[in-house]
Amino acid sequence: MTDVTHHSQVWTYRTPRARLLLWGGWFALVALFVYCWQVMTAGTMWVFVWDAPKQAADIGGRMLPPRWGYLGELMGPLWDTINIATLGTLGGVIMAVPVAFLAARNTSPSLLVLRPIALFIIVASRSINALIWALLLVAIIGPGLLAGIIAIALRSIGFIGKLLYEAIEETDARQIEAITATGASGAQVLSYGIVPQVLPTFWGITVFRWDINIRESAILGLVGAGGLGLKLEASLNTLAWSQISVILLLILGTVVVSEWVSSKVRHAII
Amino acid sequence: MLILQSLSKTYKTGDTALSEVSLTVPKGQIMGLIGPSGAGKSTLIRCINRLVEPTGGQVLLNDVDLVGLGKRELRQQRRRIGMIFQEYALVERLTVMENVLSGRLGYVPFWRSYLRRFPAEDITRAYALLDRVGLLQHADKRADALSGGQRQRVGIARALAQDPELLLVDEPTASLDPKTSRQIMRLLIEICAERGLPAIVNIHDVPLAQQFMQRIVGLRAGRVVFDGSPDLLTQDALTTIYGEEDWNAMRKGDEEQTAAEADARDRISALAR
Repeated sequence: MTDVTHHSQVWTYRTPRARLLLWGGWFALVALFVYCWQVMTAGTMWVFVWDAPKQAADIGGRMLPPRWGYLGELMGPLWDTINIATLGTLGGVIMAVPVAFLAARNTSPSLLVLRPIALFIIVASRSINALIWALLLVAIIGPGLLAGIIAIALRSIGFIGKLLYEAIEETDARQIEAITATGASGAQVLSYGIVPQVLPTFWGITVFRWDINIRESAILGLVGAGGLGLKLEASLNTLAWSQISVILLLILGTVVVSEWVSSKVRHAII
Repeated sequence: MLILQSLSKTYKTGDTALSEVSLTVPKGQIMGLIGPSGAGKSTLIRCINRLVEPTGGQVLLNDVDLVGLGKRELRQQRRRIGMIFQEYALVERLTVMENVLSGRLGYVPFWRSYLRRFPAEDITRAYALLDRVGLLQHADKRADALSGGQRQRVGIARALAQDPELLLVDEPTASLDPKTSRQIMRLLIEICAERGLPAIVNIHDVPLAQQFMQRIVGLRAGRVVFDGSPDLLTQDALTTIYGEEDWNAMRKGDEEQTAAEADARDRISALAR
């Protein structure tokens, strides 16, 4: 120890510079909020807003009671929606798994070429909403279930790929080293060293994405990609509010069931 | 017989972990490798099966030079070298039997290993080894359900499943209590004696090394500074190896560890190619 005879009684958590930056940051945020508020009010027609409670009450009144007789007609589209979600998830998984292995730093065969490509695929897939994918695909391959399935699959690649490649990168390197030391080939190192470590995460991600896809595929019909959304659009166009309430309740019910299924499955795996 | 000739390793960071290490381990000899953290013990045994790529020198295992082999030949030579790890390094989510059978991966084609359809003689051998290490009734348990000592026994069985000609043992007892440590060491010694296997054992615990090893090599800053029987390991010899108070070497230990891990990662990504 050097002989320290005097200890300061002053200690600050942040340097003066950091404090100034922090205050500056908060100030900028408040300024931005005030500015955005002004933009919003300038673009709003207040007559409609003052009218809102009346309009809401009016639409609410038209929605009630729901036309339960319409439910029978919805079973076919509901089945389509579930199929779009399931097949779309399946397609997404099939495409996402190789992409994830190419994107993970510890399994990518080429860090300079293939890894950036794989990361780009993931980002591209994630940056575009399933509804936009569906819009494009309906224009390209025509309306129907297929467009919906492909839209869901394309959107799922990014989600599954990103979470899976992060899981691959977090695997325990010692287990992989031990398998390598036995003289195992690259494919065997993958199947014995890495796959067992990421398998539970993989199933968790897949079921979670399926659950999200049920919700997303319920509205894809709005742009002509089949399923419940088609019925929703038709009802919206004819202002059949009592049918719309039935559709919304059905979507709610389906999502609750899919959530329940996915949480059961995840508990069973982990 | 294993012969190392002026084996050297310099990491990309410029740290020299091994400089010109030459050693001969005859058949059946159990050699303890001691030295402070960062002396290059871990690097040395990983240079032998090339989990860490040496930058110079030769590794001759029964007259085959392992340095400079191509990927396929290296895999075939690695089958002859069993390795046992500090924290067992079992694949936690696989069963004990799968872990032992993974020692056969270098001998079976991919599809057989993928479908877990190993040849009958491999399965018989695996059961016999589990019996030898006293875990026969645990064969179908998952590896993460076992205690530390049991896991290290599985690690030993996995290494022996390779039918090796050399054992590399990296701190086998560092995560075990003193009693289990001695049981594991005793088991290792017995097995090496049964099979006439040479072994290199990295070990932190000097008394444990003196109790069980036939020969001790002291490493300091990547150089051999002691080589002799355990009785010759006097206080003076220990000072030569460990120094009175070598804080610098301890700090270097962390650096070496990090460099070794980075190197291993690179190697593994190269293998997955």
